[in-house]
Parts: sequence; C-alpha cells; structure tokens
Amino acid sequence: MLRVFFVLCLMLIAQSAFAETPESVLATLKSEASGTPGFQGFSAARGETFFKTKHGGEWSCSSCHTENTVAEGKHAKTGKVIKPIAPSANAERFTDMAKVEKWFKRNCNDVLERVCTPQEKGDVLTYLLAVK
Amino acid sequence: MSTAQADDDDRDERHGEKHGERNSGENRGKPLQSAQSNAKFQQECSTCHIAYSPRLLPAESWRKVMSGLNKHFGSDASLNDKDNKEITDFLVSNASNRWSAPTAPLRISETSWFKREHNSHEISPEAWKNPKVKSPANCAACHPQAERGDFNEHAIRMPR
Repeated sequence: MLRVFFVLCLMLIAQSAFAETPESVLATLKSEASGTPGFQGFSAARGETFFKTKHGGEWSCSSCHTENTVAEGKHAKTGKVIKPIAPSANAERFTDMAKVEKWFKRNCNDVLERVCTPQEKGDVLTYLLAVK
Repeated sequence: MSTAQADDDDRDERHGEKHGERNSGENRGKPLQSAQSNAKFQQECSTCHIAYSPRLLPAESWRKVMSGLNKHFGSDASLNDKDNKEITDFLVSNASNRWSAPTAPLRISETSWFKREHNSHEISPEAWKNPKVKSPANCAACHPQAERGDFNEHAIRMPR
C-alpha cells in the first residue's frame, strides 16, 4: 500500500515537472516568431484587437469565447458551454502545447480560413495573460 | 440498459408505422449504450457537442464523418492521425447493428429513425424554435441523460 502511494507521488512529481505553463507556451511561440524578419515582440493591445475582430468571415474569437475572457463562453453553433479562455480564470488553459496547437489550427481556420502566424498567436496569448 | 428502454424502442417503431411511415432500414442500434467505451472518443467528441452514441449511425457514416473533420458541419474539428484512427475504430466497431439500408447519412437528424421519433405528431414545430433547444443536434435540451446514451422517453423534459 505504502509502495503504491510512493509510486503515485513520483508520478505526480514527474507530471508537474514536465507540464507546460502559459509562460512556457508563450516562450515557445516567441522563439517561433523571432525567426520572422522585423519581429519586435508581442503586444497585448494587438492581441485584443485580433481576438475581438472578425477577419472576413462569420466569426471572431469572441463569437464563442465572448469579449469577457474570464467568463464562460458558448459554442456559436451548438451552444455548448466553453470554460473561460483566460488563464487567470481557468488554470488548465495553455498548459499543453499539443492542445494549444490543435485549437489554434481549428479556430484560426474557422475564423480566418488560414493558419495563424506565431506573431498572431503570441499577441493573443499575451492579451489573455494580461486579463485578470 | 433496462428492459423498459428496449420496449420503448420497439413501441416507438410500431407507433411510427401506424402513422404511415414505413421502416426504411435506417435503424439505430441496440442497445443504445454500447458496452464499450473509449476515453479518447469521450474527451475529443464532447468538447463542442455531446459525444453522440456510436449506435445512432451506421459504420459508413462514421467513416465519412471522421474523414472530413477539417470541415465538420462548418467547423474545423481536425485531429492528429493517431487520435483520428483510434476514434474511427471505436465508432465503426460500435456503430448501429440494425442498419439495413444502403445509406450513410452524415447528420443523425437526417436518419429515418430520428425523423420517425421526432415527427410533428410527437413534437410541435414550435418546440424546435425554442432558443434553449437551438438545434436538433442539442439532444440534451430535452434528453437530460443524452450524454450517457440514455434517450428513454420517460426521462424527456421539454424546456420552457
């Protein structure tokens, strides 16, 4: 029994040691963005505008996540509740790079009909991290 | 899976035929709640809508749905190849076991069994317009246990 407990503790420690944080996700985006000529860092203001603006299509990011990013959102089509997107309101957000990439791919395709640039993704995350 | 629920199913089908709707062979499977479950399916398919029971559609429908996830009813719901394969395998092996028609609709609401169960004798057109219902895809609006694959008619609660 004690051995099981010990193994469980080890697993927990290992998991937290490798878990990503919104800051480490942002750092990864920054290293991707810095490869583009003229990169001058991320901007929360630019991220906010990007988040709240439609980009030629039917939806903006805020169509589902709402303009209040610490509140629950709602899927624009199905109505299913979406947990808050801002890390200050939902500690699970931006803690898994694979999940971050999966959702940027999907949602950028829905909103912009293309992939987002590392600059755009970094701006949005910088904005979301600034919302308290 | 209760006997009562199986009886409901059979009765519903007879009831439908009474209204002159011949059974086209587009039947959802039985039992509705498959014995198998799959964590990846639950996790990935319940993010934007409930994880619909695989029994509601035939295997070929699921193959079509899963091969077109990048344009999934107007949204990009794409998965990586590994997860896509795992979920497709699960859906296909737990699909409707009573589907005899050579059809493979993409929408559950386009199947004959769905239309039979939700015809205008059963549900007034106004009920569909309730904003709490929003879409026929929103099973849980009236079937509170839908997420668990339980569509027992005795549990139906129409929102006001």
